[in-house]
Amino acid sequence: MSIFEYNGSALVAMVGKNCFAIASDRRLGVQLQTIATDFQRIFKIHDKLFVGLSGLGSDAQTLYQRLVFRHKLYQLREERDMKPETFASLVSAMLYEKRFGPYFVQPVIAGLGEDDKPFICTMDSIGAKELAKDFVVAGTASESLYGACESMFKPDMDHEELFETISQALVSSIDRDCLSGWGGHVYIVTPTEVTERILKGRMD
Amino acid sequence: MECVFGMVGKGFALVVADTSAVNSILVHKSNEDKIMVLDSHKLMGASGEAGDRAQFTEYVQKNVALYQYRNGIPLTTKAAANFMRGELATALRKNPYMVNIVLAGFDKDTGPSLYFIDYIATLHKVDKAAFGYGSYFALSMMDRHYHPNMTVDEAIKLAEQCIEEIRSRLVVAPQNFVIKIVDKDGAREHSWRRTTKD
Repeated sequence: MSIFEYNGSALVAMVGKNCFAIASDRRLGVQLQTIATDFQRIFKIHDKLFVGLSGLGSDAQTLYQRLVFRHKLYQLREERDMKPETFASLVSAMLYEKRFGPYFVQPVIAGLGEDDKPFICTMDSIGAKELAKDFVVAGTASESLYGACESMFKPDMDHEELFETISQALVSSIDRDCLSGWGGHVYIVTPTEVTERILKGRMD
Repeated sequence: MECVFGMVGKGFALVVADTSAVNSILVHKSNEDKIMVLDSHKLMGASGEAGDRAQFTEYVQKNVALYQYRNGIPLTTKAAANFMRGELATALRKNPYMVNIVLAGFDKDTGPSLYFIDYIATLHKVDKAAFGYGSYFALSMMDRHYHPNMTVDEAIKLAEQCIEEIRSRLVVAPQNFVIKIVDKDGAREHSWRRTTKD
């Protein structure tokens, strides 16, 4: 079994009209055994920037702590929050630093940039950025997620329709993946508010 | 072969561990205490490679004490858990500690808490946790019978059920178990469940 599949994870981010959604599953496992059903994979960097970390749970926690540190330092020096594009470059650089001993994570970054324009990107474990205009996926359920998102996505959805779409795509994909599941965690971010919702899927 | 498990109840947390020290087919001793009392209100049940277990748990215990001496107040359970995770994570890519930990603690403001820390430094706050081959039986038993806010008697009874299950269903089941508890009055040994005397 690959080290990326040790804990199990599923992450997806989608772009809507002046908003974005980022969602993850909630299972923390150790190979075939489930340890917890309330594991947090998506973290807030600031009100308009979220990062999801799939892959090995330990490296996700380490990388998250390092990213929070770097962002706080940036805030002190620049006296403002980081733009999502800048943050993505930071994550990419930090991952490539460990090119020959990498963090076993696949991040998904989603934020509202200048003029509240939604920004999403993903990268592999050594920092190869992949920008997308519609959706990005990561984790053990990524292949199912690609299919589900491709068929369900429409451009310029409002935040309610976006929530429905991302939830359906997430739940239908993780239901087919034994290593991810136990419900979903969805964040819908608009320029004015952040809504967090828990989904109930196949609890197995 | 080594089993450690724990659960949170109403105002307390429980950690149970087997007490066998094994080398291949030989049982060196069957009264090895694997649940270390970190400080007045913390218990750390550790399983894994024997040398790493002893070294790492002592290292953590001494550093927790040092923090208290330097700062005049004890670490919270969450802080101790994160400290352990940090040490495990730093050592992971150099010289990993093959130790799995169940940390139970009681804090005045947040009450009892239980943390699952595995050897690759994955940290998660949980209500019930188990490591080792015994975890297959203990976790299933706890999934069935555990409910939040159990009393001490109910939790001990559940722990006994888990121990019975491990004894009857695990081919190389450990002989003796120790149960330790932590609540507002502190961390202490509760009782043993023996099948052999040492």
